[in-house]
Amino acid sequence: MAHAYTPGLRITDKTLVRKERRLPLKGEVLTAPGNRVQADTVVARTDLPGGIQTVNIAGILGIPPEDVRRYMVKQEGDGVEEGEVIARSRGFFGLFTAIAKSPVTGHIESVSDVTGQVIIREPSSPVEVDAYVDGEVVEVFENEGCVVQTVGTFIQGIFGIGGESRGELIKVADTPADILTGDEIDGSCRGKVLISGALVTREALDKAAKEGVSGIIVGGIDDRDLMDFLGYEIGVAITGSEEKGITLIITEGFGRMKMTSRTFELLVERVGKRASINGTTQIRAGVIRPEVIIPLDTGPLSDETKKESPGLEIGSPVRIIREPYFGALGKVLTLPSELQEIETEARVRVLEVQLEDGRRVVLPRANVEMIEEGRSVIR
Amino acid sequence: MEGEIRFILATDCGSTTTKAILIERRGEEYRLVVRGEAPTTVEAPFEDVTRGVLNAIREVEELAGRRILEGGEIIKPSKGPDEGVDIYVSTSSAGGGLQMMVAGVVKSMTGESAARAALGAGAIVMDVIASNDGRAPHQKVERIRRFRPDMILLSGGVDGGTVSHVAELAELIAAAEPRPRFGSGYSLPIIYAGNRDARGIVKERLGADTALEIVENIRPVLERENLGPARGKIHELFMEHVMAHAPGYRKLMSWTDVPIMPTPGAVGLLIELIAKRDGIEVIGVDIGGATTDVFSVFKEVFNRTVSANLGMSYSVSNVLAEAGVEKITRWIPFEVEEIGLRNTIRNKMIRPTTVPQNLQELLMEQAVAREALRLAFEQHKSMAVGLKGIQQERTISDVFEQTATGATLVDMMDLDMIVGSGGVLSHAPRRSQAALMMIDAFLPEGVTRLAVDSIFMMPQLGVLSTVHQQAATQVFDRDCLIRLGTCIAPVGLAEEDEPCMKLKVTLPSGEDVEREVRFGEMILIPLGVGEGADIVMDPVKEFDVGAGRGKVLKTTVEGGVVGIIVDARGRPLQLPERAELRMRKLKEWAMALDAYPRLDLW
Repeated sequence: MAHAYTPGLRITDKTLVRKERRLPLKGEVLTAPGNRVQADTVVARTDLPGGIQTVNIAGILGIPPEDVRRYMVKQEGDGVEEGEVIARSRGFFGLFTAIAKSPVTGHIESVSDVTGQVIIREPSSPVEVDAYVDGEVVEVFENEGCVVQTVGTFIQGIFGIGGESRGELIKVADTPADILTGDEIDGSCRGKVLISGALVTREALDKAAKEGVSGIIVGGIDDRDLMDFLGYEIGVAITGSEEKGITLIITEGFGRMKMTSRTFELLVERVGKRASINGTTQIRAGVIRPEVIIPLDTGPLSDETKKESPGLEIGSPVRIIREPYFGALGKVLTLPSELQEIETEARVRVLEVQLEDGRRVVLPRANVEMIEEGRSVIR
Repeated sequence: MEGEIRFILATDCGSTTTKAILIERRGEEYRLVVRGEAPTTVEAPFEDVTRGVLNAIREVEELAGRRILEGGEIIKPSKGPDEGVDIYVSTSSAGGGLQMMVAGVVKSMTGESAARAALGAGAIVMDVIASNDGRAPHQKVERIRRFRPDMILLSGGVDGGTVSHVAELAELIAAAEPRPRFGSGYSLPIIYAGNRDARGIVKERLGADTALEIVENIRPVLERENLGPARGKIHELFMEHVMAHAPGYRKLMSWTDVPIMPTPGAVGLLIELIAKRDGIEVIGVDIGGATTDVFSVFKEVFNRTVSANLGMSYSVSNVLAEAGVEKITRWIPFEVEEIGLRNTIRNKMIRPTTVPQNLQELLMEQAVAREALRLAFEQHKSMAVGLKGIQQERTISDVFEQTATGATLVDMMDLDMIVGSGGVLSHAPRRSQAALMMIDAFLPEGVTRLAVDSIFMMPQLGVLSTVHQQAATQVFDRDCLIRLGTCIAPVGLAEEDEPCMKLKVTLPSGEDVEREVRFGEMILIPLGVGEGADIVMDPVKEFDVGAGRGKVLKTTVEGGVVGIIVDARGRPLQLPERAELRMRKLKEWAMALDAYPRLDLW
């Protein structure tokens, strides 16, 4: 295939970001095009249907299913309170009556004379969607949601945990090679998004969660620490619903991984600003990577059209994404078209890269990632 | 129809890549001409599967020097020697394939039959809901609602059996108000294949709000399964409802000469066909990035399972989670720290397209593959079983050999052939690595042929077999399979280095190779592709090679690109407990098969 390299993660200084904010079910949209919104402004709302409970009336009253309707005190559509009698059998002279009570508050959804069961629907629960980023509403989907647009810095991570979060950016590392051990975290970090270096330890994660830190942006993490922190192994690469009270954005990979200088510097420049972050990751067709969005206080940029990435070229800056040079940066020197045999004896398309330390190495093209800087619209 | 067909075009729209093959009749024989591929375009920004299909066909055009497309359409039928094709067929697993939920009254009976019907049709079974599955009704409703399946197969009860339990399941499904995964403008397809006496009630409960279809009971009596009608209906609805709502599929459907099939359904069809034609017991496995499919035909019964979360990229971390670190490191012939192995596997997950660049990384990846294959095969064995809950006739001899109902149909000694496919097997730098991975994961017993699907064209050939069986089987025999050779594995245990059998191989040259095979060793005897050799195996009394313990077996074996592999490591396989010894043995076995360069360095 022509595209034998991995398109890089986006690291963009200033770009137009558009975020679709949709309800899980149809509901009410609370905003209109042109409205300025804050990240925590509620833009749409709906009610999720409640859960159901079944009550085996035939079994409780000791009657055949086809007789259940005759013994119901409450009918389909009636509201019921928890503990309220919904069916009652009539014994001789009022003696030996059996009753069935509702286990929950809700309403009677159906009565079945085949199974003798009654289904009780619990009340619906409200769901709200907020704007997620500070910006402007530019489009509304009737009954479903809207699009919020902002101009700002956009950085993609490679892997994350935890869903949408936000907070002021603060720096807890001096260099992108630093390790975050937890000593740097105290009460002042509450509600903040921390910029750290190459590794976050288990202790640091625990302390951050305890102090109420909103999020951590870091180069790497040891898998063992992540597992201990979550309390389970991550199986399939779908994350975002973890409920640890903190969102984690890993920019490089697993292990101790120095954060790319450009990412680190860009984040450090934005210290003091509010960032919207999301650790949600999905690695398969339709990839979702974690993201950091930092809205900037400038007027909106004009909507630029997306330029086709030219692909790998001589001189393209690349990052190596597999051992033995994992994490190293360099520039493409040559792009031989014929297949070459590598150490494993596999015949693959390769490229020659000059690393930052001057070494020249030959690698499979699949093992490098372009460093993309484009200014196209982020959705 | 078969006589007029000269050029055949077939595509498989996978979740990441769309693959096209061109087949041509040359003389009396159908042969593969070329293969092209392009990224699949179901998702944004393209959202039209046909763009990827056209790109893959364009590559075929360039490679074959044949004009197939005109104005974005396939030229059909062929015109002259350089233009068009006569048939176009396709399979699809794009957009996550076909995802189903199934329901039955008793989990181990109608529930299991329903799962087998769905799996056999090529679906991923997200959950089996049963009256006796131990979950509260509201939990079941919650599952149905959360999973958003493409369709639901509802079964339950033998004909004339329980009605109320089936009605209860129908009520639960109705209460869940299930919504389909694609699009909001249509109703969820539900197939009812249970007790015929409950059809009226099911129609009443589900008919109004879902696209309900009723077919024959999958379990009309306890002793018999009738999966065909449900499977057929699943394929039909997959086309009509699911695929028709996926981006671009309406157009693609209008191009194909037969309905588009789910990819694993087509592979299953081909494997079933080959097993029947050759009268063999066969296992097929396809290990992908996200899932591993296992197919088997034993005693003429076809079974397919999909391990939805065992794979080599997207699901690679789940292999680690399910197998554990120790099970993976036991296949690695050098010391590796747990933390390093874990990080390596996770990094493969988050950057799935990367390839191992050095030998250590290759060995680690192949160790993970062994465990993914082993776990998928375990799941298959537990699903490919006889019917449960039936009365068995017993004779007096059975008193001493009680077998429970629902025993696995998989019999490794009866197995004739293992076919492997998927990147880690098909693209292993040396073919002996693929052979070794399959032997380690499946542990064949006695005499078993090994093969790999060179470029994964079994899906296209499977769907082709529904319109042109001759072309499908000829290409399968001549171009699809790469024969690795034959594995000979005596069953039994002994002390290291003790003799376990005498082996005599008469090579095509007439030369005899005679060896005493010792416990704990592996031996490679070269025998080329298309060659056969007569062998005589004379095991010691504790060992069985297929004729019974201590009994001589004479047979003919097939060669291949690897040859005859004698595996005397014992069944069950004996890996030394001590790490150093185990690593030494792993190297020894790999060197015996000439599987890796430079293993002596560590």
